[in-house]
Amino acid sequence: MREIEVKIITDNIKEMCIEANHFLSDDMKQCLENAVKNEKSVLGKKVLNSLEENLKIAGEDMIPICQDTGMAIIFIKVGQEVHFTGGGLEEAINEGVRRGYVDGYLRKSVVKDPLIRENTKDNTPAIIHYEIVEGDKVTITMAPKGFGSENMSRVFMLKPADGIEGVKNAVLTAVKDAGPNACPPMVVGVGIGGDFEKCAILAKKALTRNVNVHSQILYVKDLEIELLNRINQLSIGPGGLGGTNTAFAVNIETYPTHIAGLPVGVNICCHVNRHVTREL
Amino acid sequence: MNENKSEKIIINAPFTEGEISNLKAGDYVYITGTIYTARDAAHKRMYEALEKGEKLPITLENNVIYYMGPSPAREGRPIGSAGPTTASRMDKYTPRMLDLGLKGMIGKGKRSEEVRSAIIRKKAVYFAAVGGAGALLSKCIRKSEVIAYDDLGTEAIRKLEVADFPAIVVIDSKGNNLYEMVLEKG
Repeated sequence: MREIEVKIITDNIKEMCIEANHFLSDDMKQCLENAVKNEKSVLGKKVLNSLEENLKIAGEDMIPICQDTGMAIIFIKVGQEVHFTGGGLEEAINEGVRRGYVDGYLRKSVVKDPLIRENTKDNTPAIIHYEIVEGDKVTITMAPKGFGSENMSRVFMLKPADGIEGVKNAVLTAVKDAGPNACPPMVVGVGIGGDFEKCAILAKKALTRNVNVHSQILYVKDLEIELLNRINQLSIGPGGLGGTNTAFAVNIETYPTHIAGLPVGVNICCHVNRHVTREL
Repeated sequence: MNENKSEKIIINAPFTEGEISNLKAGDYVYITGTIYTARDAAHKRMYEALEKGEKLPITLENNVIYYMGPSPAREGRPIGSAGPTTASRMDKYTPRMLDLGLKGMIGKGKRSEEVRSAIIRKKAVYFAAVGGAGALLSKCIRKSEVIAYDDLGTEAIRKLEVADFPAIVVIDSKGNNLYEMVLEKG
């Protein structure tokens, strides 16, 4: 048994909220650098240059990369030998989000009720996905998710007979519909299998995977490569203003499913694909 | 499109009709002057005010609305991160605002056919700013002041003084739409 004070969770989440909103991971920065070099459209290149400059200013002057500092999405893996002390885990996570967004000058974008729409003024509550695993470690991924791209995300309940072509059409449909709304170049997270909610969670989780690492499953890796090529031939381009960089990556995760179904979740993220992971 | 045009197009806000009727979809421009922010909640409230026959807190005539809700400003700075939000969420309210004289909108993403028709009818312009470049765009904002609906927080109406604010003409006053043009070209 390992005891962890929940205050440590709060402190870490606070720092992660601020870090994620000002700095991108190295793989995302690399994608942007490559895109600047290979973009064919003049206007597209101009947009990409602005994005590079934006990242630089964000880090140096501590101005959030994007004003939509998102809803706080937390993936937390808890080793089953861990015993939390000093309070409830969920409240500790939300307290971390609260402090991160209030003290870190991040935008408060959460409303308490989806129809009454009164702002909670501290960006809580977070959306928390718990996973209980073996061992005595706690691994937290904090991913702020903006809603320009979230609004363009989809779940398709395909039929088994739709097969891999059906999956390709679903992803391409979602990307075409998203177009300029989702702030391309996008990162496309795809979850195939599971059920209605599982495919959506897989798709979200796929966005937190390194964009330079493909799936370990050979046919999935091929699918990622093919879809990325086809998306980049759509000419949507940076900002939707035309060009050869419409997406940086397609990350696909799969899960077993029912004999009668083929659920596909497509979670679209903008070029500001933010996520920070820490192991405690 | 004027992608390769070397001269810098500078326009002053509020707009004059002559100045913006020459703009073409694809033009990269720099806006200097006074513009106003309003997004979802402020639009809803303005629309409800009009329904009740009340006066709006801002004059729309010849003005520009920037669809933007900033992050909080750090001490000594006029504003926090300040990039565009998705414009289509304002589509429901936009034709009526154009009819009241609104001349320009800055946002990102597609607009409805109703909005495009109203843009042609009223000789207005829809611009895109680069989405996800809020830190960079904040550097073009010299002054920011909440002038209405303070209770809406980030969604309040702000009066901004901007200098050389970069924007791309997406729908020009003839109704040409850059987002569609680039797909046809590709």
